[in-house]
Formats: sequence, structure tokens, C-alpha cells
Amino acid sequence: MQEITTYLAPSRLDAALQAMVDGDATVLCGGTDLAPQTESGARLYTAKLLNIRRIEGLGDIDAGGDKVRIGAVATINEIRRHPALAAIAPVLVEAAEHFASDQIRNAASVGGNICNASPAGDMIPPLLVLGASVELACWRGDAVQTRRIPLDQFFLSPGKTVKLPEELLTAIVFDRPAADFVGKFRKSGPRPALEISTVSVALGARVADGRLSDVRVAMGSVAPTPLRARHVEAALEGKPLDAASIAAAVTATAEDAKPIDDVRASAWYRGHLVRVFVEEVLNDVRGN
Amino acid sequence: MMSVETEIRFKLNGREVCLKVPVTMKTLTMLRDKLGMTGTKYACGEGECGACTIRIDGKTVNSCLMYAVDCDGRELVTIEGLRTPEGLHPMQQAFVDHGAIQCGFCMPGMIMQADYLVENNPKLTREEAQRGLEGNLCRCTGYTKVLDAVEAVVEKKCCGRC
Repeated sequence: MQEITTYLAPSRLDAALQAMVDGDATVLCGGTDLAPQTESGARLYTAKLLNIRRIEGLGDIDAGGDKVRIGAVATINEIRRHPALAAIAPVLVEAAEHFASDQIRNAASVGGNICNASPAGDMIPPLLVLGASVELACWRGDAVQTRRIPLDQFFLSPGKTVKLPEELLTAIVFDRPAADFVGKFRKSGPRPALEISTVSVALGARVADGRLSDVRVAMGSVAPTPLRARHVEAALEGKPLDAASIAAAVTATAEDAKPIDDVRASAWYRGHLVRVFVEEVLNDVRGN
Repeated sequence: MMSVETEIRFKLNGREVCLKVPVTMKTLTMLRDKLGMTGTKYACGEGECGACTIRIDGKTVNSCLMYAVDCDGRELVTIEGLRTPEGLHPMQQAFVDHGAIQCGFCMPGMIMQADYLVENNPKLTREEAQRGLEGNLCRCTGYTKVLDAVEAVVEKKCCGRC
């Protein structure tokens, strides 16, 4: 394990990005993933430990306009208790509600949950169905440079993303959902709390006259990364929400979900749960 | 592993503290091993059990996951900070009165989290208490009496003293 030679807790974003230029900074925020991963040896520290919690404005949540912006260091409980988010994006608040435990929700940041890039990251499926992008910032040419990556193009494999070592995830952005947008989230594990999801499913769609449009379906823990279930979406797009379209969506899950056997569940059981959850969320929307 | 040390200042149970800590040290280790505050317990060490629950700027966290360097400039309250000059904190007293203690190891964390829940929701229901305490494990499985104690604090009928 490499020795940490520098600890930094800047209050400004440009100072943090300058410290990251050499790609040798380990980013610390809530520590809820970093601490156990480094203690177990699954992850090694690099030369610099960079605490981003003190960067001014990096945890702001702006849900008042046409674009919703959630600062990367906003905690899960800040999202869970945000009245404007609860009004326009309840699917995100619902996922926050079922995230780990209260103590972890007070510490863990949404940016950390995304950058950890676990196939089971609980905030990811709801953000995928909200059509979210992530903002990546770096220091280049004596200035802060940012780029936006749609969240469904961010993940490469467990723990791996397209984010470069010198880049910091600074915010999550998505368009304010339409008035007829409906979102649902389901996760499963042996107990309701502190559970790494065996399977999670989120649905987001516009519903008008019993017909679905702009359908987005996302799944967690059924592949190396959280994913958009394009076949399930195609089975629902533009269709009336009835027994036939629900059955088609349930069948299509087999095209999208490619689960594996591991310590938490068998591939067979995960495939079964995905079918059940897709059917449940669609019936929920239909019931409304 | 070698790691650089840094000086931090924070308030611990109302008292100013200044000390040097290795930058990878966790708050729990700092409290117990550097400051001798052993009321906060080490159990799982990975955020699963809640025995190490403390307050930081008013919010409860698992101190086993929190880097000590991140305490800099903030306010910590541990179980030692709950007691008032008049005696035990009402939540502590309720746990005593309801026999919500078996081996006692999870109690500091349980009491810290329960107090946080009631402070944020004075009308906390039993079900909400159960949800809010999901991150606190009792290996003796004494949950019913814990919930009785929390309920009594909410209804202010635990002991007549609180």
C-alpha cells in the first residue's frame, strides 16, 4: 500500500481540481465505501487524500427550474428530505428511503454512490429513469473544464467508469420531469435495511390516457453495471398499459437482465425477481 | 501503513479539542484510543451495526466509517455528552426503566440514534422508530424493550423524572 503524503480539504472547486491534475488523488467524501474498501484491502490509497466535503456549493440541490441539479456531495438523507425533489422526482426519494441505514444516509453522498460504480448502487436506477447525466470537472489549460456524460454511458464494469483519474464528479443533472411523469422503484434483499440489493428495478414513463411514452426502465444487480433495459422499454413504448403489454415487458426482461450466481443470489432467482418487479411496478402504475 | 498526520480542531461534547491524527484514522479509533472516550463502541467496524453511532453537527453517523480528519471544525456529541448535570438523559433513563439493556454493548449507539430520531420527529411512531433504528443491531435481540423505551420517551411517560 502506498503512503499518503498529502491531505487536502479545500473549500474551492478549482483548488480541488488542481490537486487532482496528476491523477494521484483518492477522493474522500462520506467515507462509507472508502473506509471499508481500504480497510479490507480491496482498494488502495494513492499519494493524496482529497476531502471534497468542504467545497463550497458542491452539495447544493436546485430543483426549482427546468433543469434539476444535485451537487455531488449532497447526502442521501438530504435528497430524501428535499421537499422539491419529493414533489417532482419521488422515485429518487423512494430509493433514498431504502438506502442502507439512517446513519449511512447522513454520511454517504450521491456522487460517491455513483462513482463507486457498484452494479447494486441504489441511487443509480432512479437516476437512469430520470434521464440523468453526470457533470465531470477537471483542471486543464489553467481553467475548470467540464463535460457531461449521460449516466447510462458512465459505467464500464464493477468499480470502473469513464471518469478520468483527474476528473471529479461535481453534479447530477436532469430535466425537470413532465407533469405526467410517473416513477417507481423496487429493491430486494433479505432484510429491508443495510441491504446490498439482490435486484433493483426502476421505471420512469409519461402516462397519458392509459398509454406509456418516453419509457425508461433501469435495473441493478443483473449485469456488471446498472443498465437501461432497452428491450423492456421497447415492449412498452407507445403501448396502452394493459395485460398484453405488461406480459410482453415481463418476457423482454430476459433480453436485458444477464445476472450471475454470487453470494447474494443465484442467477435464476435474480431473473425471477426482475420479472416480478417489472410486473409489480407496471401494475402499480396501472392501478394509479 | 504509513500515512501523514494532520492537526484538527473540533468540539467534543461542548469542549474544544485539538489533536494530531493520521489522515486515515477513523473517528471511532480517535475517540477510543486517542481521547479515552470508550462509551462509543467498536463492533463490526464496517457500518453494519450502529454500535459506534455518534452525532456530527447534529446528525448521527457511524464513527467507524468517518475519517477523523473530517471532524475538523465540526461539533461531535458522543454518549458521554448526553448526561446532564441533573442526571441521565431522558432516553438513557427510559432505557434503564424499561430494561432495554441485556449485555449493553449496542446501547450507546441505540440511545444516540433513538435520541436523534425523537429530536427530529417528536411524534415518532413505533413503526418509525423501528425503521429509524434499522442500522442498530442488538446481538441479544432485545428490540422490543428498546422500542418500548423510545415509545415511552415520545409519550413522556417513562419514569416521571423525564
